[in-house]
Amino acid sequence: MSKAGPSSASPLAGRLQVSAVLIGGFACILAMGTSLAIGPASIDKTAVFKELIDRLPFIAIDSGLSPIHKSVIWEVRFPRVLLGALVGSTLAVSGASYQAVFRNPLADPYLLGAAAGAGLGATVAIVTGSGDGIGAFDMVPVLAFLGAMSAVVMTYLLGYSSGARRSPSALLLAGVAVAAFLTAIQTFIQQQNVDSIRQVYSWILGRLNTASWTEVQLLAPYALIATLVMFLSRRTLDVMRLGDTEASSVGLRPQVVRFLVIAAASLGTAASVSVSGLIAFVGIIVPHAVRLLAGTSNRIVLPLSVLYGAAFLAFVDLLGRSLVSPAEIPIGVITAFCGAPFFVVVLRTSRKALA
Amino acid sequence: MNHCSVRNVCVNAGKKVILDNVSVTISPGEWVSIVGPNGAGKSTLLSVMAGLRSSSGSVHLGDTDLADMTPRERAHHLAYLPQHPELPPDMSVSGYVLIGRNPHIPLLGSEGQRDIEILNQVLEQLSLEDFQNRTLDSLSGGELQRCHLARILAQDTPMILLDEPTTALDLGHQQQTLDLICRIRSQRELTVVMTMHDLSLAGQYSDRIILLSQGEVASEGTPKDVLNPDRLSALYGARIQVMEVDSDIVVIPTRSREF
Ligand SMILES: Nc1ncnc2c1ncn2[C@@H]1O[C@H](COP(=O)(O)OP(=O)(O)O)[C@@H](O)[C@H]1O
Ligand SMILES: [Mg+2]
Repeated sequence: MSKAGPSSASPLAGRLQVSAVLIGGFACILAMGTSLAIGPASIDKTAVFKELIDRLPFIAIDSGLSPIHKSVIWEVRFPRVLLGALVGSTLAVSGASYQAVFRNPLADPYLLGAAAGAGLGATVAIVTGSGDGIGAFDMVPVLAFLGAMSAVVMTYLLGYSSGARRSPSALLLAGVAVAAFLTAIQTFIQQQNVDSIRQVYSWILGRLNTASWTEVQLLAPYALIATLVMFLSRRTLDVMRLGDTEASSVGLRPQVVRFLVIAAASLGTAASVSVSGLIAFVGIIVPHAVRLLAGTSNRIVLPLSVLYGAAFLAFVDLLGRSLVSPAEIPIGVITAFCGAPFFVVVLRTSRKALA
Repeated sequence: MNHCSVRNVCVNAGKKVILDNVSVTISPGEWVSIVGPNGAGKSTLLSVMAGLRSSSGSVHLGDTDLADMTPRERAHHLAYLPQHPELPPDMSVSGYVLIGRNPHIPLLGSEGQRDIEILNQVLEQLSLEDFQNRTLDSLSGGELQRCHLARILAQDTPMILLDEPTTALDLGHQQQTLDLICRIRSQRELTVVMTMHDLSLAGQYSDRIILLSQGEVASEGTPKDVLNPDRLSALYGARIQVMEVDSDIVVIPTRSREF
């Protein structure tokens, strides 16, 4: 290039700003670090810090913690913090992806019936006594996952049989129908088995308090694959902002892109809700906050949603278990408490975009 | 680039016939303008040529039927600008222009060095360097039109299809846009097909004109042949004179003296 001025140094406007990434990374570390250091078992905070440093490769320092305290950190707090961050980032990036695909800022990862399907699956597992949601080889996450995936597949089939190829909004309507249907079945089963209603409710309100490495291991592979696919679709999703005709004039197949991204987002959502229950609004709050902060290009919103979603849910979990310590507020209650007013804000600020 | 041949294309919407047995051939390197009254089917013909609208009949590029190509293959051969392009208001100019690179980037990939080079090249070519970080909603009509052209050129195809690229512009910007297309066309040996409303400009810039009326080709040939005052008067239902000024063709509507 003849003129290599400062303007040609960053050819991609709407490129990720370093500051936004740094702030997000810092928020993640802060929220996760604080969560590790705080808990009902009062453990010296500097010792927790030393213990963490000790685990880094090639570093050996003695934290002076008892084996019990060490196991509280590594077997209780650490998997919980990690699970919270993983669920938060997956739900947030799934929400951002749904919003991009449906070109609607209020689209939510539970929109295509994933939540209702997971709820039904979990309820069936709990009332048949095939699981209590705790520990390895438990049927709750398995059935919740299957429920969520089948619900999304049902929505897809129903939507496409009624014209979603032409307009994706048919898919949203199909999602509403499927969710209502599955919720009706779930409510019926729950009514027939009143004795387990507490367990079902504790699952529905979302929880990270039973988190162990098992849940982390269950979720991680799905979350990573799904997040990777969504992350790699960020450019394509910006092309899709031109609408189907123009997207296909530059060589995309809009239905294929939609299918790919919806599949990834649904997989991530299903895996998340299967281990953590229904944590509402994360998929709307986080992407929208990112848009306000850093811009609306999907190249920005998707990667940052991963980061800020992790920080957000780690922080909310910290609130949930420290506000009324030693009792806990269910995490889904807090996200809904922040989310409902936020929804109104999103609606008001995006009314122009929707019109 | 090969010949683009449109053979016996018919398009219907319900009972309404939009295109009725249209056949035209575009030669490599040609500048062809499609003109005709509102609703004649110009936009429809262009989108059929772009492979974006199904029709009976066929569109061939060389020996290949457009219908047998994947969208990606098609997008390597021709770039298409619709009459009313979608404009995400907060998208940046460079982000928008880079969309033209899509056919050259794998589905899950992102832009490489080459794409950025081409971006900078077309931004420079269209004097958009200073606008690259601006959002689309902050641009004037003329700037926006250059932005669209930049996206089309970034796609780097031998043929470009433009639907009324000058309609929303003032006189000066119309001329600048067409001059620009003319300059770039000779640099890149582009084939240009565009629909136009301004018959004088169509006559001055194109090698050949296709005059559509009610979905049929009413006339086709050099500007001098097609822009015949009697034919135009009948087709447009207007009083029209055609003159030659400094060997440029000029089509002028004239006022009736009856009132
Ligand atoms: N999808 C459609 N359904 C019904 N009528 C259509 C459709 N698309 C175009 N038309 C009609 O076809 C005619 C030609 O349209 P168009 O190609 O846009 O004309 P032009 O670009 O020459 O003004 C118009 O009368 C228009 O109303
Ligand atoms: Mg038109």
